[in-house]
Amino acid sequence: MRLLVALFSFLALAGCREDPDSAPLRFWAMGREGEVVQELVREFEAANPDVRVDVQQIPWSAAHEKLLTAFVGGITPDLAQLGNTWVAEFVALKALAPWNDSLAAAGIDSADHFPGVWNTNVVDGKLYGVPWYVDTRLLFYRTDLLAAAGHDRPPATWSEWRSALHAVHELSGGENWGAYLPLNEWALPVILGLQAGSSLLNDDATRGDFSGPDFRRGFDFCLDLYDDGLAPVTAAGSIANVYQEFGRGTFAMYVTGPWNLGEFRRRLPPELAAAWTTAPMPGPTGPGASLAGGSSLVVFSSSRRAAASRRLVAFLTAPEQQVRFYELTGDLPAHRAAWDAPALRDDAQLAAFRMQMERAAPTPVVPEWEQIADLVWRATEAAARGVVSRDEALERLDRQVDAVLEKRRWLRGRAAGEGGS
Amino acid sequence: MSLETRRRRAAWLFLTPALGLLTLFFVLPVVAGLALSLTDFDLYVVASPRTMRFIWLKQFVDVLRDAQFWNALRNTLYFVIVGGPLSVGVSLGAALLLNSRLVKARGLFRTVYFAPVLTTLVSVAIVWRYLYHPGYGLLNSFLSVIGIPGVDWLGDPRWAMPAIILLAVWKNFGYNMLIFVAGLQAIPGQLYEAAAIDGATSVQTFRHVTLPGLAPTFFFVGVTTMIGFFQVFAEPYVMTQGGPVGSTRTLVLHMYEEGFRWWRMGEASALAVLLLLITLLGALVQIRLAGGRR
Repeated sequence: MRLLVALFSFLALAGCREDPDSAPLRFWAMGREGEVVQELVREFEAANPDVRVDVQQIPWSAAHEKLLTAFVGGITPDLAQLGNTWVAEFVALKALAPWNDSLAAAGIDSADHFPGVWNTNVVDGKLYGVPWYVDTRLLFYRTDLLAAAGHDRPPATWSEWRSALHAVHELSGGENWGAYLPLNEWALPVILGLQAGSSLLNDDATRGDFSGPDFRRGFDFCLDLYDDGLAPVTAAGSIANVYQEFGRGTFAMYVTGPWNLGEFRRRLPPELAAAWTTAPMPGPTGPGASLAGGSSLVVFSSSRRAAASRRLVAFLTAPEQQVRFYELTGDLPAHRAAWDAPALRDDAQLAAFRMQMERAAPTPVVPEWEQIADLVWRATEAAARGVVSRDEALERLDRQVDAVLEKRRWLRGRAAGEGGS
Repeated sequence: MSLETRRRRAAWLFLTPALGLLTLFFVLPVVAGLALSLTDFDLYVVASPRTMRFIWLKQFVDVLRDAQFWNALRNTLYFVIVGGPLSVGVSLGAALLLNSRLVKARGLFRTVYFAPVLTTLVSVAIVWRYLYHPGYGLLNSFLSVIGIPGVDWLGDPRWAMPAIILLAVWKNFGYNMLIFVAGLQAIPGQLYEAAAIDGATSVQTFRHVTLPGLAPTFFFVGVTTMIGFFQVFAEPYVMTQGGPVGSTRTLVLHMYEEGFRWWRMGEASALAVLLLLITLLGALVQIRLAGGRR
């Protein structure tokens, strides 16, 4: 065992760090954000002449792997943008520096943030990331098609949602599915489970709770939509162009995120510009919860210029920069005050997002979450296609999740044993 | 020091660089992979090596109990058993056509048939995804012309694997075709003349002259194709990501996800060891079959 560990440590030490303290801060940002943030960073440099920042743009598809490889190689940047579901994983690696003592000095206050999103950055009581922009899922729907089917307002409850879909579906003689809910995404089954009150994991997040009655209620609601023909049983592949099909009326509702606001505005024909809008997620008995997604800014524990890195994080998460950032990218601000800027306040289609963010619920903050989420959509897909029964799908899901969390149980047990002795 | 000893020393001296490189880049990784397969090396171990546990053969027991492994193995065998012979058959057919004196512009056809091997799979996949599209795809339009209802090729669990096999055969047959052409050209012309003089029909000539003449080529093509097909990864990865309902999730795709997506290196290494054993078994079967024919 030692030999093996030594071998891997050897590989890990192969990278070396020689940065003098005056070298620029290394800031990793992903995709479009990485491109656009350069502009804000230049302003930061102008205001802080003692700090230079080198923004390195990482493609989203390679981001997770690159960060892990950088960690193993000991060459993590000073700070980075991190998808907030990845925070727990990098905390488990002890790669991130906690914030608690430096929050006040940086002028960051949790009260300015949406609680659901804030909490995705908290592991065992310590904060490891500051929300940069937020992301959730809600309804995009065709107001004209719903109105024609006798629904003048968006559905607020599960039963209203189902009857609206039925009405649209039947009015079109079956030409219109009702909703497009791609089967290869975990968001919807997880949202419905959270809405029904499931914690998804139990026993201190060491075992799956998917066959429990709460998750089952959301799961049943979701699967009934497919079984009743109100959503096509298909993965993302067979709807070649979502915008075209939404414009054609192949479906009247789509559960998706803020990035699609810009896409819908750009890609739908102009005559449909007033024929769609957004609405918060319906819940079991009234407006329901949705995901607390988004990206956080984190400072790595290996950084030798943590103070300067924190200053940059504070700068980027302040309301003025958040509004600028929204204008540049369309990413929704994490800071509540930024939402009062005219650009955001006067946008009718954004109002639903503001409401939804207040009801955003975090997914379990465990390093294994991405893997568990992946199993959730596979189970949903198998049940929707009738490959297995619902009972079987959820029991198998729990077994798989328990197997994924085996190491976590062992580590918890060991920590408890050491603490007790 | 005797001459013999000095010679031996010189030989070792000359061998050392090669052996060193071989040890560093081949023996060590293989041994490390084998050792990893007996541990639960994962993300937690990357953070703190103290959390690594040697779980020995329990790893393999766990893998063999995992329904995902059996599903991936089933899909891989489906791909190998249906796709392998089909690919070899198409290659042979194309090679026979290209080798025939009746065909004109053989150089052109050889280039055309070989072109898919050279193109990158990702760009090919985009085109094929359109061909397979249930609503607007060329394949379904063609089927509807001859009166057969179309299918959701990549979206239907029953059809996704055949669709992947079709793509893989189209993409790869050119390579084996070239080897077959070389094999055909190595068969002495006198044998065909002798067969013609003896009054053999073309079927008889094929059965008794061409096929035996191609036996060594067949063996080579069979083994390399099988090994390649057991390692199928790119086609399902770009076309279906293993779906729908895991119907195109192959062993290597499963291994990739466990290892590089979830960072469960221990389990992924165990899968690699199992795949090696399965491939070895397949190769042994082929050697036995080839030996029986001789």
